[in-house]
Amino acid sequence: MEKLNPMIVQTLGGVLKLLRLRFDPEPDVCPTSAITPDELAWPRVVRRAFSDPLVTHESTGVHGRGTEEVKTNDVTRRVGTGEVGYVVEFGRPTVGVRFRDIETMTRALAGIGIEFEPKNPVTHLMSDVKTGKLRDDILDEKILSAIVEFKTRIETVPAVLSKVDEVSRTLPTVVAIGVSTRCEKDGGSALEPVLAAEGFSFVRGKTNLGLGRGV
Amino acid sequence: MTNTLHRYGSGDSFKDDYIVFAIPARGINDKGAVEKERRFLEIAREHNPVNMGDASHGAVFRPSKSLNPLVHWYRNLKRDFETVIKGVSCPTTVAAVFDNPDAVVAFVKDLRAADLGLSINISGALEKVQECARLAGLERHSVEYSLGFIGQTDRMADRRTLELSTMCGHGMVSFNFVRKLMEWVKQGRRTPEQASATLARFCSCGVFNTTRACRLFEEELK
Repeated sequence: MEKLNPMIVQTLGGVLKLLRLRFDPEPDVCPTSAITPDELAWPRVVRRAFSDPLVTHESTGVHGRGTEEVKTNDVTRRVGTGEVGYVVEFGRPTVGVRFRDIETMTRALAGIGIEFEPKNPVTHLMSDVKTGKLRDDILDEKILSAIVEFKTRIETVPAVLSKVDEVSRTLPTVVAIGVSTRCEKDGGSALEPVLAAEGFSFVRGKTNLGLGRGV
Repeated sequence: MTNTLHRYGSGDSFKDDYIVFAIPARGINDKGAVEKERRFLEIAREHNPVNMGDASHGAVFRPSKSLNPLVHWYRNLKRDFETVIKGVSCPTTVAAVFDNPDAVVAFVKDLRAADLGLSINISGALEKVQECARLAGLERHSVEYSLGFIGQTDRMADRRTLELSTMCGHGMVSFNFVRKLMEWVKQGRRTPEQASATLARFCSCGVFNTTRACRLFEEELK
């Protein structure tokens, strides 16, 4: 930010405009420091928690979207052998989503018996975790993205992914899916053939090297 | 760091994209994590990362509250690793981005020797990452696969814009801003290096890969 006098900046801009000239400033610099964040009150404040990566989610104590997933699986053992962790992310990339649309998915998933990860910010906003119902006062709030997390046995992967795909088609936003598992001792993954059989291709991912340990 | 999972591109597009990050488990091994995270970043610095960051306090490329008008003609693109390392003050996620697998292997070997006890993850093309892990003497403990985007994908941008924009998974690099800088690079108003650094300043976690961004801008010029 620069802290220039707004009147001088506007006058200079006006003079250049008269001469049919235009200044070519750095695109990420506000010359007069005019852009400042508003103080938000509930329920609008949830927008910041789910849109500003520098804000910590109070429910989980984690920045960003507030999830640890399998990033700490070597310490937490959250996802065990034969289990699959899911991260279903709404609104990413940069499209955004309303909680009402997230609730459509969580209710559908709860309908097939999914139990949501308790250490997840969206789960904390559920008024009924059994049915996937979110608090009524946040349903119209729009955020950049949010993640719904849960895990199942590996045998149920096709049914769950099919349900997520079916519901996603009805939502006015985009959905990104990540699935994770604990690897075998030789680094092999029982999940890969299942995903391949379901027609998913996967190039990119996140690999936990197993160097973490509890104190 | 799900913010590194869903980068858009083909397998070949990730040939210069490796993000190594350290994270403590909340309530389990986060006591004393600050020193360990600083150590992680110090070790990373020795292997010439292209970017580095602390999810709570910012990255190598960061905005500033004290600029003067000369910044429009001269912007310092020098990477300031020291500020990032000193800035770590609470348990958080710290990350380093590399543009070649050799540096990743050497870094992971050093991390093994340092025995920090934090969870270490690598985000990148799965096969390449597994290769790096094995060369460093490790087998992967857990793995997370990106299955891509579904739903109303027509609301997303074109391929090149997505490749650049999704390098900040928190959505801090908007489609329109990428398009604008793409035009500026084509018009010669900014170099690929300058445009990449500008985009990287919006990614507070420090996982934006400026080498890959430069390559993508240059490919667009051909």
